[in-house]
Amino acid sequence: MRELTYTQALREALTEEMERDPNIILMGEDIGAYGGVFRVTEGLLARFGPERVRDTPISEAGFIGMGVGLAMTGKRPVPELMFMDFALVAADSILNQAAKMRAMSGGRVKVPMVIRTQQGGGRGNGAQHSQSFEALFTHIPGFKVALPATPADAKGLLKSALRDENPVMFIEHKLLYNTKGPVPDGEYIIPLGVADVKREGQDLTIVSYSRQLLFALEAAETLQREHGISAEVIDLRCTVPMDIETIVESLRKTHRLLITHESHASCGVGAEIAMRVMETAFDELDAPIMRVAGLDVPIHVSKTLEEVVLPQPGAIVRGALRLMNGK
Amino acid sequence: MYERMVLIRAFEEACVQLYMEKEIRGSFHPCVGQEATAVGACFALNPDDYMTCTYRGHGACIAKGIDVNAAMAEMLGRRTGVSKGKGGSMHWTDPSIGLLGENAIVAAGVPIAAGAALSAQLDRNGRVALTIFGDGAINQGAFHEALNIAQLWKLPLILLCENNLYAEMTPLAKSNPLAQVADRAKGYNMRAVVVDGNDVCAVYDAVREAARLARAGEGPTFIEARTYRLLGHMIGDSESYRTKEEVAAWRERDPIKRLRAHLAQAEGVTDAEFDAIHARVQQQIEDAVKFARESPYPDPEEAYTDFWI
Repeated sequence: MRELTYTQALREALTEEMERDPNIILMGEDIGAYGGVFRVTEGLLARFGPERVRDTPISEAGFIGMGVGLAMTGKRPVPELMFMDFALVAADSILNQAAKMRAMSGGRVKVPMVIRTQQGGGRGNGAQHSQSFEALFTHIPGFKVALPATPADAKGLLKSALRDENPVMFIEHKLLYNTKGPVPDGEYIIPLGVADVKREGQDLTIVSYSRQLLFALEAAETLQREHGISAEVIDLRCTVPMDIETIVESLRKTHRLLITHESHASCGVGAEIAMRVMETAFDELDAPIMRVAGLDVPIHVSKTLEEVVLPQPGAIVRGALRLMNGK
Repeated sequence: MYERMVLIRAFEEACVQLYMEKEIRGSFHPCVGQEATAVGACFALNPDDYMTCTYRGHGACIAKGIDVNAAMAEMLGRRTGVSKGKGGSMHWTDPSIGLLGENAIVAAGVPIAAGAALSAQLDRNGRVALTIFGDGAINQGAFHEALNIAQLWKLPLILLCENNLYAEMTPLAKSNPLAQVADRAKGYNMRAVVVDGNDVCAVYDAVREAARLARAGEGPTFIEARTYRLLGHMIGDSESYRTKEEVAAWRERDPIKRLRAHLAQAEGVTDAEFDAIHARVQQQIEDAVKFARESPYPDPEEAYTDFWI
């Protein structure tokens, strides 16, 4: 199988789907002539022309609101938020308009729009360029939410998103763009809302997604090597729809659950996973569920502070050991 | 046009009554007094042109051709409503007449209409998009962002500001520093005109010309239509921010009264002919209320439908 970067895999998904469907329109800040600050859309302006790859002013509320109008009139807009943090500038367009339009109209319109964005810290970008908002879009009904961790998933999930009839928040991670991984040749899609067991194990289940999944895999390796603990690692891949069944299936074997995500702990996706597991599979648990997540403080710039705020692989290992030792 | 204006007035007055009798729940913002902007604008468009408006948009939706029975059923929260009872007064939506929704957020419909205009521009189908909003919307960010992009990309968009002098309860002069609302467009190098919003023919002419220019690739036009809402912001509004004398003066400029006088004088329409129109409208409203009352409420399980596809 070929090796591609996360960026290349995303670009391949956009290219293939734009070839297939002339209604797909990309819009965003510096995505055309400049090629996107993370280079995902590089070359697409030359290939598809300025009508379909549109550089916009810095106007997130405006061009995402326009995306709603485009989607309601037969197009498949793909507005790009350069940083997830800017979603708050366009919160009305996203959460009051796109998310609710179908329900408010009694099903008479649809909004097949994919908002592409990237989030997360680890690079010292500070409190307004490092946040992770998947919980926000999981809490307010209306968007499907995808957070791929690998190049293969990035391509397959983006292709699914571009074919979905619902609004999709497609969340990349700024520190995944240069990661490499095997990507299948030829046509494939990965359905939204299906988790993936990235590593099999016996002793505990670790659930994660996005870049934190790589930390979970690293922690699982350490647990095996240094402590003889076999961790199963599940990549949730989407928080809406949320595939609890795959997690419960794993718990029938391991009976212990650790959830880790980069975003703040309070009211995060981890809390939701824990509750749903409690509701559906409490009897499978041999120990309280463990959560390793971002601290409930803004994300500081200095490396020594950022690494405290955002959970590192070592924190997952320590959490897993506490979970296994019942302390 | 006269009959449609009378229909809007009768619909709103019936809803006021139904609201007082608690048959209508939630928010209801009547557009009584603003019928000329709605009818003048929509009659100047083609049936397949796009439109967005606001929660004070019943007039525009009826002018664009919404089914009055389904609209009344929506007010009463019935399954036969235009949005199956899920949207209510502020979210009438009907893509079959180009209506991309009323909106409960004052400026949110502006970028949505701009998106529809971009869609028309890309498809080269000759359609235009009309967005109707109030003077309260001109200070919100989405409004400015959409104007900027619409002019930059020369979108076939008509921006119609119903300037009724009050943003909810705040007088215009206390919410923006401009002497006239149309000057907002200057900052975007956008064509702007001011019309008497209570003169249906003036509104019609302005929108007709804006549509012609939009279809010719000449980009958007901003129209300020000066009008007045004769009732409060919503039912139950104390209206403490304006005088009875001011309202009475505007009642003298009632757009329906004015059009009737014009038609009688210039076209020789007789009282008997007017009476026939009013009787027809009255019957239509009575039928709509009957239809709505006799329609079923949605079943509880419908809370989950019409959402995910």
